[in-house]
Amino acid sequence: MDNLTLMTYLFVGGSFALYIGIAVWARAGSTKDFYVAGGGVHPVTNGMATAADWMSAASFISMAGLISNMGYGGGLFLMGWTGGYVLLAMLLAPYLRKFGKFTVPHFIGDRYYSNSARAVAVLCLLVASIVYVIGQMTGVGVTFSRFLGVTNEMGIYIGMGIVFAYAVFGGMKGITYTQVAQYCVLISAYTVPAIFISLQLTGNPLPQLGLGSTLVGSDVHLLTRLNEVVVDLGFNEYTTSLPGSTLNMFVYTVSLMIGTAGLPHVIIRFFTVPKVADARASAGWALVFIAILYTTAPAVAAMAKYNLHATVNHAVATGGDLYAEDASLRYEDRPDWMQRWERTGLLRWEDKNNDGRIQFYGPRAGAKAEAAGWAGNELTVNADIIVLANPEIALLPNWVIALVAAGGVAAALSTAAGLLLAISSAVSHDLVKSVFVPDLSEKGELLVGKISMAFAIVLAGWLGLNPPGFAAGTVALAFGIAACSLFPAIMMGIFSKTMNKEGAIAGMLIGLSVTLFYVFAHRGIMFIPGTAYVEKMGLSPNFFFGITPEAFGAIGALVNFAVAFAVMKMTAPAPDHIQHMVEDVRVPRGAGGAVAH
Amino acid sequence: MDKSAAAYWKATLSLIRNVLIVWFLVSLFAGILIAPMLNNISLGGYPLGFWFAQQGAIYVFIACIFYYAKKMGEIDREFDVHEE
Repeated sequence: MDNLTLMTYLFVGGSFALYIGIAVWARAGSTKDFYVAGGGVHPVTNGMATAADWMSAASFISMAGLISNMGYGGGLFLMGWTGGYVLLAMLLAPYLRKFGKFTVPHFIGDRYYSNSARAVAVLCLLVASIVYVIGQMTGVGVTFSRFLGVTNEMGIYIGMGIVFAYAVFGGMKGITYTQVAQYCVLISAYTVPAIFISLQLTGNPLPQLGLGSTLVGSDVHLLTRLNEVVVDLGFNEYTTSLPGSTLNMFVYTVSLMIGTAGLPHVIIRFFTVPKVADARASAGWALVFIAILYTTAPAVAAMAKYNLHATVNHAVATGGDLYAEDASLRYEDRPDWMQRWERTGLLRWEDKNNDGRIQFYGPRAGAKAEAAGWAGNELTVNADIIVLANPEIALLPNWVIALVAAGGVAAALSTAAGLLLAISSAVSHDLVKSVFVPDLSEKGELLVGKISMAFAIVLAGWLGLNPPGFAAGTVALAFGIAACSLFPAIMMGIFSKTMNKEGAIAGMLIGLSVTLFYVFAHRGIMFIPGTAYVEKMGLSPNFFFGITPEAFGAIGALVNFAVAFAVMKMTAPAPDHIQHMVEDVRVPRGAGGAVAH
Repeated sequence: MDKSAAAYWKATLSLIRNVLIVWFLVSLFAGILIAPMLNNISLGGYPLGFWFAQQGAIYVFIACIFYYAKKMGEIDREFDVHEE
């Protein structure tokens, strides 16, 4: 066993032992402990747990890679996934905390005085959470297979076992404290390599400042040099490249913002603090802890891009001619990390011009590349490896690489656990207890919750093993679904006293249908490959003003609001006792602990 | 002054509106809509529009939430609806 493998077993194994230990120590005794950790979690602790819950495999593994590829346009993930917390803090969290129930469907069912509304909310929640959880299980698989040298399937089985152990036995109380530990692991795993790399490249230990600094030994700014290099090599300019159009970027950002505020596993977090005032502050603390990673990510992205180009082309660092014959790296001289990632298939080289050197360039290089005798880009790098390979690219010590592996696993597991909890509470509390078996005992409800969680884990694992032909865009789609269905219903429930059940149900159903129609048109019915129907209908891709399916949630939300208000105008307004309830929810005084009934 | 529930709600809404204006200005406006113009200005080695999209908006979001939480606390006490 080599040193790196040993280190990885040590770091990943040690962190697992810690999580399971915490889960056992904080076992849930009642449904209240199980769902909302007894309602007694300090806002700073809660903020940290929310941050771990929130920062999934997508944030940890994929986001910096996406930004690295997209450049400026990648900012839509940064703004979208953080801006949502402002909406959550002001529009939803304090009011839902005052309302004091366990789950999002419970609020919707009571506010719209209807079990049908509650069932529709359960449906929306399940669609959004399951789409989201698939991405997490895939992330666990990728990380384990690379670092533990096991197959992807084996990686997912191990992940299922771990999630099962602490989520099922610990419930929310166990999850909250486990997630605090996971936050500490994942944030150090993310920032330690970033600090090293920032020091190497710019001499500034803070990546947030390093990204705006000059390169070591020169007076040229990092971003300026990166722009020169990528433009010269025929890529889009790093600091200005847009995803599609400005309109698409705008709508995409809005979708992620309101999707963040509408995601049930995040909202549920704010039921665990003691007071309404704590719910407001807790969202702020969550964002502080999230921001540490999110403001580091753009530095990781740009520096990894720079390092990658500098590795395969010597002229990047020296400032010489990028197209000179001996500037490109000889394949046989490539560093170890490239060889390791080649084995996973996520990094590929093809010697198109048979010169034994790696030419890595973009589609707009044109005549310059031809003149240099280049026959096409030869290097393909999967965006998902940027963060995991980053410490290897910068030649950092093995313990840092092992730490990053532990962080990737922590990120994927913590989010998977939070999602599974939201799924299980929706099934046991909102479906079985409220609709099918109303006289279910607390013990029985806890049991149903654990059984449905076990089912959800198996389903998620199965979906992770049988990915229906998509991975990276999955998580963004989950946000679109939450944005178009749950967010408008909750918001109108608080900010419109007269909104009635007919309006809310019609809004949720039509918002969800329109969005799924657009998504399935591009990505296939239920994401099954080959069933996309956008062209069969004689429409061109992104036919709605050039908006991509990932960005469509904001449009779905607009439709939801419009339909809800139109239907409300045609039907009787909400009854008086509901309007009084809404008035009561708007005022903080009198918030007790979260209750089940 | 008017201490009714309606007045409390009005004060709350006006605070939310003000914070949302700042929220919009730093992200969707400065980070996207006018980013190409702002990129002509630089902040250290950052083009300003790029900085708002990848750094600045996030810092202001944090300030927005804590400002809102503090102001809401004041409004709660002013209208005597705060928690014990």
